[in-house]
Amino acid sequence: MADGGSAHPAEDPAAERARPADGDAPATGLAGPRPDERPHPTGRRDEHGVRKEPDSGTEPTRRATISALVEDEPGVLARSAGLFRRRQFNIESLTVGPTTVEGHSRITLVVEETEAGIEQAKKQLAKLTPVIAVGELSGDAVAAELVLLKVRGQEPDKVHAITSMYDGQTLDAGPRTITVQITGDENQIDDAIDAFDQFGIIEIARTGQTALERGDSPTTPGEEPGHSAGETDDDEFTNYDD
Amino acid sequence: MSEPATPDTGGRDDADDADDPDEGADASTAGRTDDERAERAARTDAASREPGTGADAVVSALEAAGVDTAFGVQGGAIMPVYDALVGSSVHHVTMAHEQGAAHAADAYGVVRGDPGVCMATSGPGATNLVTGIADASMDSDAVLALTGQVPSAMVGSDAFQETDTVGVTAPITKHNYFASDSDAVGSTVGEAFALAKTGRPGPTLVDLPKDVSFGDAETPVGEPTPPERTVPDPAADEEQVEAAARAIEEAERPLCLFGGGVIKGDATEEARAFARAHEIPVVTTMPGIGSFPEDDDLCLSWAGMHGTGYANMAITHTDCLIGVGTRFDDRLTGGVDTFAPEAEVVHVDIDPAEISKNVHADYPVVGDAGTVIEQIDAEIRGADAPDTTEWREQYDEWRERYPMDYAVDPDEPVTPEFVVEAFDAATGDDAYVATGVGQHQMWAAQYWTFREPRTFVSSHGLGAMGYGLPAAIGARIAAEDDREVVAFEGDGSFLMTIQELSVAVRETLDITVVVLNNEYIGMVRQWQDAFFEGRHMASEYDWMPEFDTLAEAFGAKGFRIDDYDDVAETVEEALAYDGPSVVDAHIDPEANVYPMVASGAANGRFALAEDQL
Ligand SMILES: Cc1ncc(C[n+]2csc(CCOP(=O)(O)OP(=O)(O)O)c2C)c(N)n1
Repeated sequence: MADGGSAHPAEDPAAERARPADGDAPATGLAGPRPDERPHPTGRRDEHGVRKEPDSGTEPTRRATISALVEDEPGVLARSAGLFRRRQFNIESLTVGPTTVEGHSRITLVVEETEAGIEQAKKQLAKLTPVIAVGELSGDAVAAELVLLKVRGQEPDKVHAITSMYDGQTLDAGPRTITVQITGDENQIDDAIDAFDQFGIIEIARTGQTALERGDSPTTPGEEPGHSAGETDDDEFTNYDD
Repeated sequence: MSEPATPDTGGRDDADDADDPDEGADASTAGRTDDERAERAARTDAASREPGTGADAVVSALEAAGVDTAFGVQGGAIMPVYDALVGSSVHHVTMAHEQGAAHAADAYGVVRGDPGVCMATSGPGATNLVTGIADASMDSDAVLALTGQVPSAMVGSDAFQETDTVGVTAPITKHNYFASDSDAVGSTVGEAFALAKTGRPGPTLVDLPKDVSFGDAETPVGEPTPPERTVPDPAADEEQVEAAARAIEEAERPLCLFGGGVIKGDATEEARAFARAHEIPVVTTMPGIGSFPEDDDLCLSWAGMHGTGYANMAITHTDCLIGVGTRFDDRLTGGVDTFAPEAEVVHVDIDPAEISKNVHADYPVVGDAGTVIEQIDAEIRGADAPDTTEWREQYDEWRERYPMDYAVDPDEPVTPEFVVEAFDAATGDDAYVATGVGQHQMWAAQYWTFREPRTFVSSHGLGAMGYGLPAAIGARIAAEDDREVVAFEGDGSFLMTIQELSVAVRETLDITVVVLNNEYIGMVRQWQDAFFEGRHMASEYDWMPEFDTLAEAFGAKGFRIDDYDDVAETVEEALAYDGPSVVDAHIDPEANVYPMVASGAANGRFALAEDQL
């Protein structure tokens, strides 16, 4: 600080906030009341940032079926699945297939999440560029799943009886194994699996749930069905062409 | 296009050569005046040619989008696109490393408000872009990345320099494209460009297999247009607006929280007018720095981990937090459970997925920041606006109780805060500040008084060391000539991308890099002192080069600060130097950043010194 002037911090306009070092000031750190000398509000938020009463418990999760109408372009399934993985949403099942509109596919996802998690999942999915629309299905929706079950073949009659009970079909029957197909909603499938368990289930392949909204309600908001072959004169669909 | 300036013409003492219009200046956009820009734009029109190959279509798409600069590195799979750049109005800045290209493009976009463009070849070129793309993604910066790819027929065969670029970058881009059709590739590039800045901005990428670049393209390339579905409605739902307005009217301690979205959405004017009209104090997030003048009485600077004590007190005690264009990052909120615990939250954002993602919004308002602020403003006007007199007295008291100051002792090493303030005082209000990541970044953010949007160019969400120098290059090229560009770097951060100095020298870019050199990777050392009982595992960097000497080796100008006596003169000389200069500022190696909110703690519990952590 030899020759003073603007080189001296205390006189330098740049150093307005600087204070000369004195013996008491901490070597590093700032002045002011310590954390416990400050007022602190008692309010709290939960893990989703929702304000809550101090001792209310954590939020319950629920299952939601989400339907996404997407452009049928390469990578769209990987993108959607990748999104769910990255954001740690818990996917229970995921199915995908074409719709009545050429170039569109439908992805049906079942997730188990908190209310806030489900909202996030829907919004993040809707944000992907190839995603056209996202809807959450109501409790009233039509949902189905297909399962293939391979069981031991020692008691073919009994296996057959249970298969009929669940309106299933026998796809393959040999001396050692019988393979059947069952479709139904998730509970029916779970029940069927329980029922077949007595024979010894060797292998299972489940497709995961796929679903559509019941009646006139579109499955995703604003969804417009296209014509499928053979239905071109169906009055019901013509007004979608405008 | 003229030859790039030779290293001799710039960055040396014999800077006279750099003034020769035939030498350095014309070759670099740095020396470009607005007239020259207009002339270039005119040439762009003249140059719009019938595309011949896919690569020509790519370049035509850039020209049609008004792109004047692209940052990149050559390579096998991208060579056709580079070849098509010959004679183009797009000035290509060859970077030393693709990470530099991505950061430079990012910063260019931040400063210009239009997407920055970076280019790389397949494989290692593309993977080197990844950090920069991830950075842009976290900060919602509009960037278009073009990557070469091996010929389509070889894709999937683990060919030489093949990487699944689309797969690698899917989680860090807003959207990416694998080009498969030469004739359509021009419009794909246009779409990617437009998408990058539509709604909430972000990086997009187009992967260009070599055969697609070489293939025929007949269809002329038009204006860049985003997919219709991705264009959001700027105005918010009236009911949402009304509800938010009522909540603000009823508040006693309202507080505006302006995030990066206010700047990206070009809404600073509306945001400022709103806060002033209703006398509502403002805190910003770090990306929101510059959205409100920090020397304004209503401004409490930025909140969060190293934000000011008064900003964190205000956030802790507000009863109505009006968050605009912020994603409530954990560096801002601390523990979500204790964040603004008494506040009703009004959240304005263009991206519906941000609403209630991290902090529940009691009043969600989805729309463009400027438009929505005006909507809310119109709704409050005439009705009983909140009376904030008492509230303002309260936060003024906090401002006095928790001052941002520091001790200066002429016999001790220079404090970093002093260096930052010295540069701030010596530059205009509209200077650009780029930073690396670490303590130096925090000191720059704390002790520089920002007054204008787009002047703080930093790596916020990703926190990528090495961002500062390439960002300064991008900012320099995007900025008007008369505005200063200063980069604050840490010794560790600078060393990560120091090779870009060669670019600054070649392009004769007038930037000043200030290395706040503590021979530590200081931020890590600070945490080790606080949380790891002072064990300095791998954080002592006492093997650092002499940065001033190294700068000279690159052809830049080197300066060194060892004590307070050096500061004023060095600041003056470094800023006056017309070309890249590096100030190796040897600061107090033990200096730490305060205030500090420990991760996950309550904002109101910010520590003012280490023993409070
Ligand atoms: C690419 C990268 N690697 C590691 C880190 C972790 N990190 C954060 S701050 C920091 C120290 C930075 O040191 P320096 O650049 O010297 O700056 P200082 O903190 O000393 O100012 C490190 C290693 C990071 N943010 N980015």
